[in-house]
Amino acid sequence: MLLIIPLLVIVQDGLRAGLAEFWRQVTLPAAWHALQLTLWTSTVMTVINIIMGTLTAFVLVRYEFPGKTILNGIIDLPLAIPTLVTGVMLVILFGPQEALGSWLKARFDFSVMFAPPGIILALLFLTFPFVVRSVQPVLMELDLAQEHAAATLGAGGWTIFRRIILPPMTLPIITGALLSFARAIGEFGSIVIVAGNIPFRSQTAAVYVFGEVESENRLGASAVSIVMVAIAFTLLMIADYLRKRSKSTEGENI
Amino acid sequence: MSLTRSSSTSMSKAQVSLMEWVDRNKAKWTGWILISLVIIYVAFLILTPIMALTAGAFEKGFGEVIDSLNQPDVFLAFWNTLWVSLVVVTIHTIFGTLVAWVFVRHRFPGRNLINGLVDMPFAVSPVVAGYMLLLLFGRNGILAPIVEALGMQIAFAMPGMVLATLFVTLPFMIRELIPVLEAFDTRQERAAATLGASGWQTFWRVTFPALRWGMIYGITLTFARALGEFGAVLVIGGGVQGRTETATLFIYRALDERQYIGAYSAALVLGLFSLILVLGSDWLRRKRH
Repeated sequence: MLLIIPLLVIVQDGLRAGLAEFWRQVTLPAAWHALQLTLWTSTVMTVINIIMGTLTAFVLVRYEFPGKTILNGIIDLPLAIPTLVTGVMLVILFGPQEALGSWLKARFDFSVMFAPPGIILALLFLTFPFVVRSVQPVLMELDLAQEHAAATLGAGGWTIFRRIILPPMTLPIITGALLSFARAIGEFGSIVIVAGNIPFRSQTAAVYVFGEVESENRLGASAVSIVMVAIAFTLLMIADYLRKRSKSTEGENI
Repeated sequence: MSLTRSSSTSMSKAQVSLMEWVDRNKAKWTGWILISLVIIYVAFLILTPIMALTAGAFEKGFGEVIDSLNQPDVFLAFWNTLWVSLVVVTIHTIFGTLVAWVFVRHRFPGRNLINGLVDMPFAVSPVVAGYMLLLLFGRNGILAPIVEALGMQIAFAMPGMVLATLFVTLPFMIRELIPVLEAFDTRQERAAATLGASGWQTFWRVTFPALRWGMIYGITLTFARALGEFGAVLVIGGGVQGRTETATLFIYRALDERQYIGAYSAALVLGLFSLILVLGSDWLRRKRH
């Protein structure tokens, strides 16, 4: 009840004036731009996350080094910190009045705040645990014997990684990536602080919806909300399906 | 491999031994390079911002931090946050357990659908969640006449904020409990029942102790998420200063009004609070093993 009624209400509200109106609201320049910005920043974040997340999981599972336990603990920190606080942190680091932010601006004309880099950075911070925590358990269970066999047969480190380690990790990597992406689409708290609310520049879909709610444009808010929820929910369902499938194939192997 | 190399006449002995050394230590070097890469990345991405926040709050000294926090509206904001979070945690502890229990123990039509729906709040942006409730309970909302007839106010008031936070934190408790319940051996319960324990006794003495750790973790996650909720409570609560303003909404307003020290200090306190919560339960969990 708590879940279904609100969802139905928003779908009903968005389609109240018909599909044509729904489509017109979604393709309004500001709305369209906000959706595009959300999608491309989330994509960049996901790609970086796939690479760094996998690498982090790999290092955590395979190597022993001082501070490993601490590193392992730090990875979960983003889950414990409110997203709004994350935004505040980034403002302090890169804000136009702050040392690092003004230096970057003056030296390279590169602004993090109120621009896509800030959005990507905030999203990276928030979603960092997803890929790592999805890959780590699979990597732990991997049989080292196969790698030793490959090494004995003369395979180099990179070949071993690509041919033997990577295939079983593909599914968890994709699951983690989908979760990060779904999470990123709806993010609001950190982005509204880091990116502000500048249409056509740094306004993401969630921030756009907020603006439309404030200015009482219900049709626009509902239409963009529906698009966001539909995308995120589909991704979540795919991730769920993949997780189930990897579980069932594990069963077959045993 | 070394045989073929040393037989090549173009290389001196020193060169050969260097190449062998590189060969032998290659794995070790890749290891160190990968480890440093990860550490640098994590330090840059996660630790630098946290340190920046601490430095930012204490920029003008410790006294300034205390002064900026020691104000009635700040107290009220934190009090509101705490109040909403506690109500939400209590409700989820009861209903989350119930839902997880029904879900694991009973087979019913639509079970898979519900399984998918439980995760839905993860897919719904907090702003959208708040907006959904506004459509229901706000001015011209569908349920507004009923609520008005009952003499209640939900939108722009605490009940709405509780509802919004309930929605956003729904999956945590259930997702934490389902695996524990699935792993739990029902024979224990049946044994207790055979020995004459009532349904409630069986739950309290047999099922509950097994669930305890899952519950503690679920409560922590729910609590931490509720403390930090921003988008949903902003939309449904309106962030009326001195009334429906929570800690996160205060931070947002303080930033807007350029009271930087106040915003940074409140953010630091809020961050620390949820951090201690999560790390604490993590520590408890590890101690148990």
